[in-house]
Formats: sequence, structure tokens, C-alpha cells
Amino acid sequence: MSDAPAGHAHEDFALEQRLGTLLRAGVILSACVTLAGGIMYLAAHGMAPTSYHIFAGEPPGLRTVRGVITGAARLDSASIIQLGVLLLIATPVARVFISVIGFARERDWMYVGCSLIVLGLLCYSLIHGG
Amino acid sequence: MHVLNFTLLTLAGALLAGLVGSLTGLGGGVILVPLLTLGLGVDIRYAIGASLVCVIATSSGAAAAFVKEGFTNIRVGMFLEIATTVGALLGTVVAVYVSSSTLAVIFGIVLLFSAAQSMRPRVEHISMTEPGTLGDRLRLASTFPQEGEDVSYGVEHVPAGFAMMFVAGILSALLGIGSGVVKVLAMDRAMHLPYKVSTTTSNFMIGVTAAASAGVYLHRGYIDPVLVMPVVLGVLAGATIGARLLARVQVKPLRLLFTVVMVALACEMLYQGLTKRI
Repeated sequence: MSDAPAGHAHEDFALEQRLGTLLRAGVILSACVTLAGGIMYLAAHGMAPTSYHIFAGEPPGLRTVRGVITGAARLDSASIIQLGVLLLIATPVARVFISVIGFARERDWMYVGCSLIVLGLLCYSLIHGG
Repeated sequence: MHVLNFTLLTLAGALLAGLVGSLTGLGGGVILVPLLTLGLGVDIRYAIGASLVCVIATSSGAAAAFVKEGFTNIRVGMFLEIATTVGALLGTVVAVYVSSSTLAVIFGIVLLFSAAQSMRPRVEHISMTEPGTLGDRLRLASTFPQEGEDVSYGVEHVPAGFAMMFVAGILSALLGIGSGVVKVLAMDRAMHLPYKVSTTTSNFMIGVTAAASAGVYLHRGYIDPVLVMPVVLGVLAGATIGARLLARVQVKPLRLLFTVVMVALACEMLYQGLTKRI
């Protein structure tokens, strides 16, 4: 069977390895940041009451990429957890970005186009908020 | 309840969901929202936000291994992600007009459907791409490893698969799930891709689909860091343990048990939604 037209399996091998490494690194990094922020939060506010049964929405500082980064820089524990969440959301976005570069190296412009469309939609959602 | 107690309870529930989800291959995402809403009394919007973040975590973690093993068809994934991301963004718009009760009812129906699908026998496809079709022009054919050899396969009915992926995207955003069941259906049943290629490519796509709506929900204030923290860490820990145990556990009875749990949760979601308790 290996003599049959093999599609792009072998060309894509390097790209597959790179994507796999990136995904793993993204998840581990974000889990570490989330855990660190979580421990800080619990140490400070562990005895506060919860109120998740009523939807109030998050404060503005935890709703935007800029707000979360500013809060995390102040070492605000909730913002650090949210930074971990942002890193997790950014992992698939980075995966699509690496795909754009990978397909461009293969000079496969059709898939560069597909990846760019998806990347554009993801960036629009994350930065503009739909 | 104090934040600390709530966090520990949520962590334990999420760990179990991640463990069973990865052992059965049915994904933990589909039971996280019922667990949080029915079990812990969390508002369904916070539950959907937290569940979406977990879905990104588990799918990215699992995809890291699958993509290196060569089962995932990254071209099929990349092309169909156009449909799932557009669907997901549309889903976030629809979500504004849908009440929590209606969401609970839709959730119940999707859970029942997922439970039914998990009981269906697998059919293995190896098809060839017809020249001149969309699948041929998009060069979606590839190979996957089987017993040390590369097996070639083609793809059929790409437009039908694309349309189903659009629906998968809407459901993912609306309910905070990965929609893996609909994604596998699209690739396995409609596009006739080999089963292992369908499941791994579905998993590969789930992160991107969920990220599209997670960005919007972040801006809407659905993503609460203090709630997300135990849920995502618990699910990740559970999924990691599950992957280690997989070789030593009898999956079949566990799968049956999980299906029963899904049906029970579906009934409760339907009841709570129809009686407007959620």
C-alpha cells in the first residue's frame, strides 16, 4: 500500500512534530500559571463565600487580553489565573499560526489561505470579542 | 460555601469527569456542564465558559500525542475548521437570544444523542477519492500507520462533512462542549475517513473550535477564573491519569456505565429546562 499516492503524509511530518510539541508546551505552561494563581487566590480569599448560582459577569479587568495582562503584572491572583486561561485559549491559535508557516514552507498556498481564514476568525474573537 | 470548599469539591468532580472521559474516549466535556449546573448550582453561563476552557485543555493535550503518531489529517482538520469556527462565532451570537432553560433542553437532547451514538457499532472505512471532486482538488487524501505500514485512504462527500462541521461549531459555542460526537459523525459517516483518523482529527479540531467561542465569552464575562481553575486543573489531571491507566482498564463496562450516566444527566437537564428551574 505504501507505493500508492501517499497524499501529503510525508511532507507534513515535520509540521506534525512541531504542532505536537507546541500543543503540549502550551497546555503545561498554562496549567502551571493557573495553578500558581489559584494557590495565591486561595491563600488570600479561601474563606470568602461563593456566588456562582447568580450570573453577574466578570469585572472589566478580567474580560480583555490587555486587562488580564495588566492585572497579572500587578500580581493580582485572579488575573494570574485568567492569564493561564488566556495562554490555554492562545494555544490553538498558535497552532494555526504555525500551520500557516508550515504550509507556506511547503508552498501549499491553498492551505496557507485556509489557515489564514481560521487565524483571522480566532484573532477577531479573542481581541475584538465577536 | 467557602471558596476553598467549593474549589476542592469542583476539583474532585472535574478529576472524575476527566478520568472517565479519557478512559472511555467519550470526552469529559459533555458531562462538565451538567456536573456544574445540576451538582454545584453554578449558573449555566459560567458553566459553559469553564467547560469550553477545559475542552481546549484536554483536546490540546491529547492532540499533542495523536498528531505526532501520524493519525491526524491536518489538512482535513484545517479545511473543516473554517466551518467549525464560523459556526462557533454564529453560536455565540445565537446564545444571546436563547434562555438558560432552552439551553438546558438543547443540552439534554445533545446528551441523549451522544449516548445513543456511543452505543453504535464502529464501521471501518477505507475509501478512495473520486477524481475531480472537492476532496481531490483540496488534496485531502493521506495515509495512516497500521501494523508498521502506511495505509492510504481517500475522502468522499466533503460538502456534507463541511455542513455538519458548521452545526458542530454552533453546538460547541452554545453548550460549551467539544462537539466531538458530531465531528466524528461528519468525518466517519459522511466523509468515510478511517475511524482512527476521524477521532484524532476531531480531537485536533476541538481546541480551535472552542477557542473561537471562548474568546467571545471572555469578553462577555462568562469565564470566571476562580471557577475555571479547579475545573481545568481537575480535568487535565484526570485525563492524564486516564491515559496512563488505559492499557490496564476494562473499557467496555466503563463505557456502558458512562452512557447510563449521560442518559440520566440528559433526563435531569431536560426536566430542569422544561420546568424552568434552570
